[in-house]
Amino acid sequence: MADITTSKPATGDMNLNIGKILLEGRAFFALVVIIVVFSFLSPVYFSANNFLIMSSHVAIFGLLAIGMLLVILNGGIDLSVGSTLGLSGVVAGFLMQGIELPSAGVILYPPVWAVVVLTVLLGAFVGAVNGVLIAFFRVPAFVATLGMLYVARGVALLMTNGLTYNNLGGAEALGNTGFDWLGFNRIAGVPIGVIILALVALAIGLVLIRTAFGRWLYASGGNERAAELSGVPTRGVKISVYVLSGVCAAIAGLVLSSQLTSAGPTAGTTYELTAIAAVVIGGAALTGGRGNVRGTMLGAFVIGFLSDGLVIIGVSAYWQTVFTGAVIVLAVLLNSLQYGRAGR
Amino acid sequence: MTVQQSIDPKNTTDEDVVMSARHVAKHYGPIKALKGVNFDIHRGQVTTLFGENGAGKSTLMKILSGIIAPTSGQILLDGAPVNFHGANDALAHGISIIHQELALAPNLNVRDNIFMGREIRTARGVDFAKEERITRALMKELEEDLDPLTLVEDLRLGQQQIVEIARALQAKSRILIMDEPTSALSASEIEILFKVINDLTAKGVSIVYISHHLEEALQITDHAVVLRDGAMTAWAPRAEIDLEWIVRNMVGENFDLGTPPDSKMGDPALTIENLCVPDASGHGLVVDHMNLSVRSGEIVCIYGLMGAGRTEMMECAAGRLPAQSGAIKLHGQDISHLSIAQRIEAGLVLVPEDRQRDGLVPTMTVGQNLSLASIAAFTRGLFTSRKDERKVIEDSIREVTVKTDGGGAMIGSLSGGNQQKVVIGKMLATRPEVILLDEPSRGIDIGAKAEVFKLLARTAKTRGLAVVFSTSEVSECLSIAHRIIVMNKGHISAEFDHTVSKEQIMAASGEAVHH
Repeated sequence: MADITTSKPATGDMNLNIGKILLEGRAFFALVVIIVVFSFLSPVYFSANNFLIMSSHVAIFGLLAIGMLLVILNGGIDLSVGSTLGLSGVVAGFLMQGIELPSAGVILYPPVWAVVVLTVLLGAFVGAVNGVLIAFFRVPAFVATLGMLYVARGVALLMTNGLTYNNLGGAEALGNTGFDWLGFNRIAGVPIGVIILALVALAIGLVLIRTAFGRWLYASGGNERAAELSGVPTRGVKISVYVLSGVCAAIAGLVLSSQLTSAGPTAGTTYELTAIAAVVIGGAALTGGRGNVRGTMLGAFVIGFLSDGLVIIGVSAYWQTVFTGAVIVLAVLLNSLQYGRAGR
Repeated sequence: MTVQQSIDPKNTTDEDVVMSARHVAKHYGPIKALKGVNFDIHRGQVTTLFGENGAGKSTLMKILSGIIAPTSGQILLDGAPVNFHGANDALAHGISIIHQELALAPNLNVRDNIFMGREIRTARGVDFAKEERITRALMKELEEDLDPLTLVEDLRLGQQQIVEIARALQAKSRILIMDEPTSALSASEIEILFKVINDLTAKGVSIVYISHHLEEALQITDHAVVLRDGAMTAWAPRAEIDLEWIVRNMVGENFDLGTPPDSKMGDPALTIENLCVPDASGHGLVVDHMNLSVRSGEIVCIYGLMGAGRTEMMECAAGRLPAQSGAIKLHGQDISHLSIAQRIEAGLVLVPEDRQRDGLVPTMTVGQNLSLASIAAFTRGLFTSRKDERKVIEDSIREVTVKTDGGGAMIGSLSGGNQQKVVIGKMLATRPEVILLDEPSRGIDIGAKAEVFKLLARTAKTRGLAVVFSTSEVSECLSIAHRIIVMNKGHISAEFDHTVSKEQIMAASGEAVHH
């Protein structure tokens, strides 16, 4: 039918442009505002050291959010990342304690690199289960990953009997020291966790913009049927994003348990919601096909810098929750303004 | 402007005009969607709006139904000027609109849909018994045997439309605006709809009808109003007009959909042998032992009614639907076991019927849509090459003549015809040997239609492409196709060369000849 109605009036172009820039760069401007406001409120907020400390907190959510972004771009959702994070930490802790082989009467102490590889593989496996359930058995993503949220958390609790692995240091004699490197060391003053986040963000950003897989992902998130008829392997793409999300969660689990030098089975509870919030604040559409790594990173920093700032100026934890919620709703409101306008 | 307002076939006088538009114009900023339109709607008659996409039909319809207000001009209801404040106000004046996309809640039953938002409320809640009684009466009036308690999602599309009509009647509408009501209906459902329209007009309800399907609209209409570029080009009663008259006024010249190109025919490119495709229920066959061979450079048109099996045959050939038995061969090689992606690589592509649902990615740009099926062609090692992609996109835009500025615009900003060219261009960019197009002219205006056909004819000739397209408009069969195949109930009922007449085609399709 006639589409003439879509054109906007030409008047007020200047106002419109400023509004448009503010709308599209909203996560960036929000971050600037947060930094400026807290720098006024607290003398310790604006310092390189504080930024690095806050960034190493952001690293955890940021890693989860990148995985979540991929899933959301595909039009899905992954509620299991918080539990996967917890399970990964516990499994890493378990491996660090040594694997007892009763038949041989020995205890195997895998080196740290092996622990890392095994944990990442575990994350990939959890993601693959999600992906296969969703892509082949047509279980709604919300339900499949909600189930995984419970299962992964339950397994973590079972493995430790509800307790926490406290000794992740390893021993010189056993050749498995160095687990705390991820959480404590710095390269050129920058915490390793932040560097890992930057590397993952760069890699995924490149994948999204410059590879066939990235294009497939945007296409199948925008219209799966059209993508399929254009020769896009939509099922493969779907499974891949859940696998990548699981891997991101496992890496985040390793960084977190290294930062804490302990691995508790309840680590990462409700982190999936923070990750979703970061992606949404970053301008991605929950319906799929829209969003990018830059926005998601900004979203993660907005949440992290806001909540840490509130801690620094001594606002109660209850108010932090209220503020974070308000920011999320505001972000979604602006999203619907942006896409509602463009889509009509 | 030839405004004819003379002899009326039903001998109505001016007193029978229930609604009229006087110099109605609508501007959106500098864009003039409507430039002063005059016409009357007669009591108990059907007035059809004809026009290409973008001619202003939708805008006019929205003004008549109160959804938007005109910039200038007047709407007269029973001779007195009215200003509607929104669609509900228009509804209160007895004007209902039935949109192309039906506005029903599929999870509710027929009764609840008819009374949606207008429930009969009593002190003790909704009076369901009374609603049900009224619904039964309405269904009887419409001669549709529907139980008021059936869920709408269990109804066929044609029946859902009846529910919409019943809803309008329940609201005591005197004027019913119908936007493309037949676009998703089968032939038998269209027949029922037309019968309902005839009953309604006999009861004094006036209908404003909009359709892209000219031949069909001519069967039902009493008056024709033709719009072009926001202006009314003609207005005449049915008795004075024919198909050529409408097309001439719609496009401003005698329009020609082309002739078969003199391409050099090669070996059979696509061969379909004894193909059977099961229907949705799995019990019957929607494609029944079909055989078809298309040579490279040849253009074959498949004509058939909805449900004849055209779509299923094409989707099966492209790998979207599984076949029950039979073979699909590309240059003699059986490709039945290949995936969609592998078939595209082998050289067989499909342009689907529903371009919004199956053809376009709305979140991507024109360029990204065009290059979507040929990503491998511009991937170097791990990464895609921007330079090579731009070349693919620019070549495509040039080949299919999309009116856009380099491919960076969002796909939704294009008109229907240009969107269709993007879907075709996307598949042509994969350098196919065989292209299947399912109703390529659906929902695009006649100018774009001619361009699409010209493009197909040119590609068949220059690239030796084998083209198979389906249509449900007879006039489109007699255009660029070398061969016309008529499908009926899952098999080929007739095969003609391009010298066949319209009547022969329609007779072979099992369609009643109305003219």
